[in-house]
Amino acid sequence: MGPNRMINKEKRRNCICTLILIAAVLGICGFLEANKYSYSYAISIIERSMVYAVVAVSMNLVNGFTGLFSLGQAGFMALGAYVTAIFTIPVSQRASVYYISGINPVIAGIQLPIIVALILGGLVAAGVAALIGFPVLRLKSDYLAIATLGFAEIIRACIAAPQFDTITNGSYGLKSIPGFTNIFQPLALSVICIGLMVLLINSSYGRMFKAVREDEIAAEAMGINLFKTKELSFVISSFFAGVSGGMLAMFMRSIDSKTFQVALTYDILLIVVIGGIGSVTGSVIGAFIVTAGREILRFFDEPLMLGGVQVPLFRPGFRMVIFSILLMIVVLFYRKGLMGTNEFSWNGIFDFFKHPFKKKSKKMEGKA
Amino acid sequence: MNDNTQNVLSMQNVVMQFGGVRAIDNLSLDVNKGEIVALIGPNGAGKTTAFNCITGIYTPTSGMVSFNGKNLKGNSPDEITRLGIARTFQNIRLFSNLTVFDNVLIAKHLRAKDNVFTATLRLNHAEEKRMREETAQLLKEQGLYELKDEIASSLPYGLQRHLEIARALATQPELLLLDEPAAGMNPQETQELTDFIVKIRDQYKLSIFMIEHHMDLVMQISERIYVLNFGKLIAQGTPDEIQSNPEVIEAYLGGSEDA
Amino acid sequence: MSLTTFLQQCLTGISLGGAYALIAIGYTMVYGILRLINFAHGDIFMMAGYFMVFAMASFPWFIALPVVLIVTTVLGVSIERVAYKPLRSAPRMSVMISAIGVSYLLQNLATYLFTALPMGYPEIPVLKKVYQLGGLSASFVTFLTPVLTLILVYLLMTLIQHTKMGMAMRAVSKDYETASLMGIDINRTISITFAIGSLLAAVGSILYFTDRMTVFPFSGSLPGMKCFVAAVFGGIGSIPGAVVGGFIIGIGETALVAAGQSTFSDAFTFVILIVILLVRPTGIFGEKTTNKV
Repeated sequence: MGPNRMINKEKRRNCICTLILIAAVLGICGFLEANKYSYSYAISIIERSMVYAVVAVSMNLVNGFTGLFSLGQAGFMALGAYVTAIFTIPVSQRASVYYISGINPVIAGIQLPIIVALILGGLVAAGVAALIGFPVLRLKSDYLAIATLGFAEIIRACIAAPQFDTITNGSYGLKSIPGFTNIFQPLALSVICIGLMVLLINSSYGRMFKAVREDEIAAEAMGINLFKTKELSFVISSFFAGVSGGMLAMFMRSIDSKTFQVALTYDILLIVVIGGIGSVTGSVIGAFIVTAGREILRFFDEPLMLGGVQVPLFRPGFRMVIFSILLMIVVLFYRKGLMGTNEFSWNGIFDFFKHPFKKKSKKMEGKA
Repeated sequence: MNDNTQNVLSMQNVVMQFGGVRAIDNLSLDVNKGEIVALIGPNGAGKTTAFNCITGIYTPTSGMVSFNGKNLKGNSPDEITRLGIARTFQNIRLFSNLTVFDNVLIAKHLRAKDNVFTATLRLNHAEEKRMREETAQLLKEQGLYELKDEIASSLPYGLQRHLEIARALATQPELLLLDEPAAGMNPQETQELTDFIVKIRDQYKLSIFMIEHHMDLVMQISERIYVLNFGKLIAQGTPDEIQSNPEVIEAYLGGSEDA
Repeated sequence: MSLTTFLQQCLTGISLGGAYALIAIGYTMVYGILRLINFAHGDIFMMAGYFMVFAMASFPWFIALPVVLIVTTVLGVSIERVAYKPLRSAPRMSVMISAIGVSYLLQNLATYLFTALPMGYPEIPVLKKVYQLGGLSASFVTFLTPVLTLILVYLLMTLIQHTKMGMAMRAVSKDYETASLMGIDINRTISITFAIGSLLAAVGSILYFTDRMTVFPFSGSLPGMKCFVAAVFGGIGSIPGAVVGGFIIGIGETALVAAGQSTFSDAFTFVILIVILLVRPTGIFGEKTTNKV
């Protein structure tokens, strides 16, 4: 009976902690929402973090859990963002958005509810991913990295191409995209998306992804079809990257092809690496740290006066140098990132506080 | 001897050519239902290549591999596993960072009726429950249940071999291919393995085809033995026939430390 | 299109292809030895462009040229030492992430040091001198690039086939572990590979930017990717393959620009990549390799 009661007690404690955490998150969001004019800066950081958390988890799904090195996130986000934007910009405002070259009559009158547009954006990204995956996933994953990176650039070139002006508005970009009306919308969307991915990772299909990551030949010998499994992971990951792209469009309210440069993919990679490749909670925490860190480090870009002398290094661009050095330090010295392949758990937290100097707690191991 | 109705695995005139090298040259052999058959030969004789031809990792240059009368040509490794051939590897290939339980559970998914939507939304709990129960059952049968939460790579070597066999059994095979199951084992462990192979053959109604260098093991339990040298079949027969075959002694037993 | 225009375009294409070929060799050699896509290679090429801007500001061109070549080589070798060497036994994905990290760092560093605005690339009078050949007119660099490329490739092939160092490189690329057991100094071999790759990238950079006249922090990323595709096209690990791939990509791209499809000239490279991966994943000169089970 002893150990059982212990476990029950732990369960109850964890349950209470989770409820407190949820209440705290809702409380903070409610407070920010009620005072949205005084906290607009904090709100925008939080909303951006939520969007990045979705795409970071989607990148982790394919890179961390399936062991494929995909670098197409910016491209898939671009697809999702443009589809969402094109179908949600109010019809009445389209003439002013597309004032240069007019709007293609096929899409001129179609306006979809936001949720439908987001899902459609995800589906378009997933469909394109399926097409690229078909030739590339049959090969070694190195090629996937360069093919996805190249493909993201093709998407950008196509978006900016004059041939598609009446759809994408070319290099002028799209504006008047309906934004989030309150902080609970992005919160709900990201919780649903990340929740679905966590369910997938812990399902029988998630196990197959991990089997492929661990040993492709053994996975095949266990009856797992390598190509289908990789394609599935890649397509689902791209779907959520597309949805997060749509969310980014809603967050920014105006987008153009420059939003989705390779640098965006690198930012997301930074989040995943800092959080820990193979940890969902790591990616979520990483998204908040990186996004907030970026804003906080903004002072690096401002000229700094110290005792009447201008400190020489502080000028525009310094922040990004610091950021890239940070990435290198994490890659070289803390390869596991914050969480390694572990997931956040209350037991882990409590064990940590009980034995702060013990290296790793047994309970946190092997979850991924 | 080769009664067609009993014939589980059959290789006919299989050739596997890599560039100018014939790793397997005109190999024909059979494994009958319920038999334990061994494939022996010096290092580099093409034994593992033969296994790779059977399991679809390589496509033979010519010749035919058939399983229960079905030609396996064009089938991918996962399809072949699905048909009922399971294997282990010479250099153990476990899912190293996953638990013992998950290693076996993954193999159980092979015959699951679910798809990614039902699995993600947990609409497949009947299937999932079945897979977990079968996994627990198999681990208990194999005496590995106490270790179910251990990370596979943390197990000692002998247990990793055992787990790999258990994982292969989880695919519910008819034919089990063992690639040097006794590699790296001491004489006592080898003896335990010998009994174990016979036991699982009877318990799971398997046919077993194995590559092995430990002659004690091979001679004790094989019903028939094939000898491969430089990709060519140089002898076949019962353990007694093989032991007295001059060509085999010349090519293999005579010059090998394993003899 | 008249014959002269056609030939003129061919010349431009061949010249661009020559520069691509020189960069592609760096990718193919590093991949051959470390199985690593050196994402930073394109940025080394970009940095070589900036080095030239500053070298030419202080020295005459005949001193500036060797200075740029030396500094770029040192940069390439130091990157290997700092960012790749500590990860020799790490998973492949970690090394690739490190390569991306270096690429990201170089781009951000260039933005910080030199601003994101394009900088004028210095003119080397000898290279810019315009020559007439029948109806064709082109600067000396356009004629020089393919010739110089072929000479350098010939020298490199001789080095690899006939010197002890070359033998070590071939051995390491065939089998890393056995080579080290045979007493080959792996680290030295890898450093030399990076040195050669960076040196050729620096030469390619001078030829490429002289034609384009400006350099900016991202001017290495797209050519870098194209050259990797060129290496894949020719068969990754094969030097003649990288050269052929470089020329084909350069000529194809120029042809598309000439046809008025400049938006899609970049996309063309990746279409080539997908097609080659579908039809012949090992590339034109690649060897078929099988996984050992």
